[in-house]
Amino acid sequence: MPDLSFIARNASFLFDGLLLSLTLTAAGVIGGLAVGIALVLVRLFTGVVGNCVVDAYVFVFRAIPLILVIFWFYFMVPLILGRPVGAWTSAIVAFTLFEGAYYSEILRAGLKSVRAGQMHAALAGGMNRAQALRYVIFPQAITAMIPIFLTQAIILFQDTSLVFVVSLHDFLTATTIIANRDGRLVETYASACLVYYLICLAATAGVDRLKRTFAR
Amino acid sequence: MIEFDHVNKHYGAHHVLRDITMTVSRGEVVVVCGPSGSGKSTLIKCVNALESYQSGHILVEGVDVKSKARSAAALRQRVGMVFQNFELYPHLSVIDNICIAQRVVLKRHAGEARERAWRLLDRVGLRDKAAAYPMNLSGGQQQRIAIARALALDPEIMLFDEPTSALDPEMINEVLDVMTALAADGMTMMVVTHEMGFARRVASRVVFMDKGEVVEDCSTTEFFNDTKSRADRTRQFLDKILSH
Repeated sequence: MPDLSFIARNASFLFDGLLLSLTLTAAGVIGGLAVGIALVLVRLFTGVVGNCVVDAYVFVFRAIPLILVIFWFYFMVPLILGRPVGAWTSAIVAFTLFEGAYYSEILRAGLKSVRAGQMHAALAGGMNRAQALRYVIFPQAITAMIPIFLTQAIILFQDTSLVFVVSLHDFLTATTIIANRDGRLVETYASACLVYYLICLAATAGVDRLKRTFAR
Repeated sequence: MIEFDHVNKHYGAHHVLRDITMTVSRGEVVVVCGPSGSGKSTLIKCVNALESYQSGHILVEGVDVKSKARSAAALRQRVGMVFQNFELYPHLSVIDNICIAQRVVLKRHAGEARERAWRLLDRVGLRDKAAAYPMNLSGGQQQRIAIARALALDPEIMLFDEPTSALDPEMINEVLDVMTALAADGMTMMVVTHEMGFARRVASRVVFMDKGEVVEDCSTTEFFNDTKSRADRTRQFLDKILSH
């Protein structure tokens, strides 16, 4: 049995990293979802111009790796604002805008998965477009979207490790520091894997429950 | 009740509706038939503005379908529609399917909406299915619920777009029976269908369309009995669908 007491000794340092990863994930999911919903609403309720703008937005953020987006916001935004914004703020902004592009595409695919006849039926039943989306299309789309949202959130959680480029200590960065300092690579990274695994497991269970609630 | 006045519709180069002019009076049941692609579904979808048209006018209860004075939603409260593929809302129970538009569109209270829904369920003979979900119903039952859902808004006009085409043969009659009863109650109906038995029994008029044109528009008796006065393509169509 390998001696894991050094992990216990560094628990608070690792826990701070984990907390940062989780907070950043939550911010990315909530902020990204808000941006994604806004982008989809632009698509649905504005014409060709709105759609082109959203297309361009999505294209740009999908073309650039997340690590570059984080990096850019850290260095470019202070140039525009004339003052530094700090690693934490720039990371949150970068994650929100980046995830927004992905969430908007997930939402769009989900809405498209509901067949056109449903919209016709809702409209023919006297609803306006907003009501049709709210009461008929969205409740059906959400069940199709939930598993993809979960996947995206898990990817996001793992991607929070990229904030090391702006010197933030997320869980993986903290793990790396401990592993290198104590020269215990195998045990430390194995423990980190276990933590990632457990969090993924918990998230999956939570989403399954959510799915059952929606599906009734 | 419904007046078509020189209505034309194009999909690009394709002329889908050609100069349609006709009238549907209150209480009339007009069966629209014709080969596929003849524009009959498109025609009835123009009545509730699910389809647009480029020229001409359609008046529903005297008001132009395109008039700014009445919103599309307001028009569609007056004109119910039943679709080929039922299009019940799969995430809602049968009773909620019938209640949702009453709640959202007419702002009826839950109790009032449910009371109306129960009466309609009795009318289509499916009271015992109130709590079921659409996927657990047969096609015929789904279509009867779809009719109840459309009736829940107390429309003055009902449009049926091939209501029995997606059904297994043994379920066609239960749907046609509901429609027959509706017609007997005096509902104004436009029915796109190939059910010529239904047309013969229930329709006051039959309209035959081909290639976007109204080829025939005559009383049911004339349409079926006075075959000598019918156009060649009408006779060919009838021969095809009545031969077996």
